[in-house]
Amino acid sequence: MATTTEQSAVDFDRNIGDFHYDVKYDFDAGVGLNERVVNYISDVKGEDDWVRAFRLKALRTFEEKAMPTHWASDDLRAIEFDKIRYYLAHGQRPTRSWEDVPEDMKRTFERLGIPEQERKFLAGVEAQFDSEAVYSNIKKAVGEQGVIFVGSTEGLKQHPEIFRKWFGKVIPTGDNKFSALNSAVFSGGSFIYVPPGVKVKHPLQAYFRINAENFGQFERTLIIVDEGAELTYMEGCTAPKFNTATLHSAVVELVALKGAKIQYITVQNWSANVFNLVTKRGLAHEEAEIKWIDCNIGSRLTMKYPGVVLKGRKARGEVLSIALANNGQHQDTGAKMIHAADETTSNIISKSISIGTGRATYRGLVHVPKHLKNCKNNTECDALLINATSRTDTYPAITVRGTGNSVQHEASVSQVSAEQIFYMQQRGLSEAQAMSLSVNGFVNDLVRQFPMEYSVELKRLIELEMEGSVG
Amino acid sequence: MSGGTAVLERVTHESATTPPLLESFTDRDDLPAWFREQQRAGWAEFLKLPMPSRKDQPWRFANVDALKLDAYTRPAALDDDKRAELLDQSAAHESAARLVFADDQLIERDVIANSLRERGVIFQPIERAIIEHEEIVRQHFMAEPATLGSAKFAALHRAFVSSGALLYVPRGVEIELPIEIFHWLATPHGAVFPHLLIVAGEMSKVTVVEHFRSLRQGPGFACGVNDLIVGRGANVRYVCVQDWSEEVVAVQVNATRVDRDASATSLNVNLGAAYARLESRSRLLGEGSRSDMLAIGVANRRQEFDARTLQDHESPQTTSDLLYKNSLDESARTTFGGLIRVEPHAHFTDAYQTVRNLLLSDDAEANSMPGLEILADNVKCSHGATSGQIHEDELFYLLARGIPKRVAQKLLVLGFLNEVTERLQHATLEEHVRRAVEAKFARTKS
Repeated sequence: MATTTEQSAVDFDRNIGDFHYDVKYDFDAGVGLNERVVNYISDVKGEDDWVRAFRLKALRTFEEKAMPTHWASDDLRAIEFDKIRYYLAHGQRPTRSWEDVPEDMKRTFERLGIPEQERKFLAGVEAQFDSEAVYSNIKKAVGEQGVIFVGSTEGLKQHPEIFRKWFGKVIPTGDNKFSALNSAVFSGGSFIYVPPGVKVKHPLQAYFRINAENFGQFERTLIIVDEGAELTYMEGCTAPKFNTATLHSAVVELVALKGAKIQYITVQNWSANVFNLVTKRGLAHEEAEIKWIDCNIGSRLTMKYPGVVLKGRKARGEVLSIALANNGQHQDTGAKMIHAADETTSNIISKSISIGTGRATYRGLVHVPKHLKNCKNNTECDALLINATSRTDTYPAITVRGTGNSVQHEASVSQVSAEQIFYMQQRGLSEAQAMSLSVNGFVNDLVRQFPMEYSVELKRLIELEMEGSVG
Repeated sequence: MSGGTAVLERVTHESATTPPLLESFTDRDDLPAWFREQQRAGWAEFLKLPMPSRKDQPWRFANVDALKLDAYTRPAALDDDKRAELLDQSAAHESAARLVFADDQLIERDVIANSLRERGVIFQPIERAIIEHEEIVRQHFMAEPATLGSAKFAALHRAFVSSGALLYVPRGVEIELPIEIFHWLATPHGAVFPHLLIVAGEMSKVTVVEHFRSLRQGPGFACGVNDLIVGRGANVRYVCVQDWSEEVVAVQVNATRVDRDASATSLNVNLGAAYARLESRSRLLGEGSRSDMLAIGVANRRQEFDARTLQDHESPQTTSDLLYKNSLDESARTTFGGLIRVEPHAHFTDAYQTVRNLLLSDDAEANSMPGLEILADNVKCSHGATSGQIHEDELFYLLARGIPKRVAQKLLVLGFLNEVTERLQHATLEEHVRRAVEAKFARTKS
């Protein structure tokens, strides 16, 4: 039975994911977090002992670590860890064909347009429903090149030799409280390996769907792109809007070996009851390039600072970030760039828009340690405030040691000027249209760098968000 | 209160000439009761508050180990020889008045001209002002809480303050020449607590220069508090040249309140100290108010300059402009943690924040945390932070003209810092600051 909330034509897209089905789950770890739950997940997945030990140790780390409220939003205190369900799955194995996906889940992804997109422009798709992937498929031609694209559970079982080598190496369990939580109860997410020299032409996509109430999704993604290989990965996510809080806490680790290129694109459109607390980091070896394109439109509170550790000479890291904070939302996003070799360069461009009572925060870290030569960082943060009640913050931290490096940070805050709006209204546009046009102009130079499909989608989302924000 | 009294009983040995600082808190019966109450409250609060830890956000990147206070003492009374020596070095510029303190003791006083006194100008050591001008001091004395991390040290200051000045400029009075205040550390391991309270009345105008110096090399502790109260339409210019010995630990907590149509400009020049922490908070309280917050730092050896600032826009139509520049050589470290905060309803705010670090050595480290919190609409805010080194082309240009590398470097650094000094728009003061900076170069680059 489908439950849909009333939707007006105007905000249909905003709520594209706002429906859910009453699904019968075969596997349910119950409510609350303890060793029993962790053991249950490990049992259900039939994991090796080292994975179980890793999880249990992570649980202790999670319990020991304090909430980071000395710098972060007090809203974190609203998360009730003992009321969340940590594992819900229908089955243990994703199917390779949409035909075999259980009906409710298939309908969900059809409504979200995933199979259609797969046919049109994707090299492979993984669709995760609550804790486990229900569908995972890669185009034959790509598979034949030796590209592995499976869920994390399958990856652990089928490719332990590659998986274990990098698992938890880019983001250690104790990196922060939520990376520890993920390490304890992770399930789902993607495991990708691209062999040396293989340039995957079309993007691989993962779609994360939360369906259940009081649920926590903890996917774990590990992507390894071998020497000289290239990959674009896209992820999308939605959840229905429940009255209670939902938790999403992923860990994403990227490894770009010598000369490899990874582009990781996120369009986050969680419903406004989701706490989205995600740790994402890439390790770039010599002459490798990692680029995060991060768009945050949904969620109640997002805390996410994609990072790149520039480990090899001439490695390059980039974060392009767009955040849109509407009424009741706090987008606390940013970037981390850790320079660890000579001639490494990093670039951060962040644009945020605060609407109504929305709050957008940029938080960044740039670290250039001693005795490195010719490292460069450029950071630009621009914030746009739409209403008098909107809020924006910027909190960068920059450390530079030694000569021979150059780091610059710039930020600005502005609003749509009354003259601009007046000018456009004179030419027959409504105030809302004028506002929407201005906002699109503000993000345009950044959006242009996105893959076509995403830039069109994003522009449309922004237009819809702007409706009703004026007048 | 009870905590304060309990401690008082413990401290009985007044006979010791230089008691350790942390055992020297005494109730001074020569001061008015309300002020003693302040001091007791300060001491109790100091004991209650925890020492800062690097995990506290306001102390991120800071070398908090430098803040151990066990080694410091309350200096004894100065002898005549030392007084003479100090006075010799406290050369008066052309100033409207001058106070010289050493080890928290007043050693010289050039009073303000009669014409100004008749118009109501008060310039007095704070110890006298709390008796003779209780009303003014009581209203403003440490009325601004230390919110940028050093509440514990502000409390310590409150408990121990005995030197420093009150400057009161009544409505409409303009004082042309600068007013000068010297604070000396004359005894090794000594602790001093310089205080400055400036109350500038409506449409008044004044310039104040403070000098912080050490008589000799050696450790010491300076814990100062400044409050600048700038009334409607008033104009206050404040310059502090911090040139303590390079073993001194200094914590300075400054607050500025700028009322409607008023303007405050402050320049802090950091040259000395092993660790110098400067907390500076500007509150823009009335429409048309403006605050220029300036600082330059010349850090070398193992010096660490740690600046935390807040530009707090509490009223619409206000402006603040911050420019901090550091040059870092050898193993020097600097930290800048700044925030522009535009409160709700403080629309039409213009706020700028610029931090530039020039790194001259491979061991130098510059940390920058330029922050913004904007809760209002129709604001123009920007901040920028850069860390880089001397431009090769510029250096080459000078070398090609036969200027030795060391001199060329110095010229480029001075040029880099001069952009800040120029903002004072006061030729004599600019010259004075430039000389102080050059003196530091002369003594370190031989």
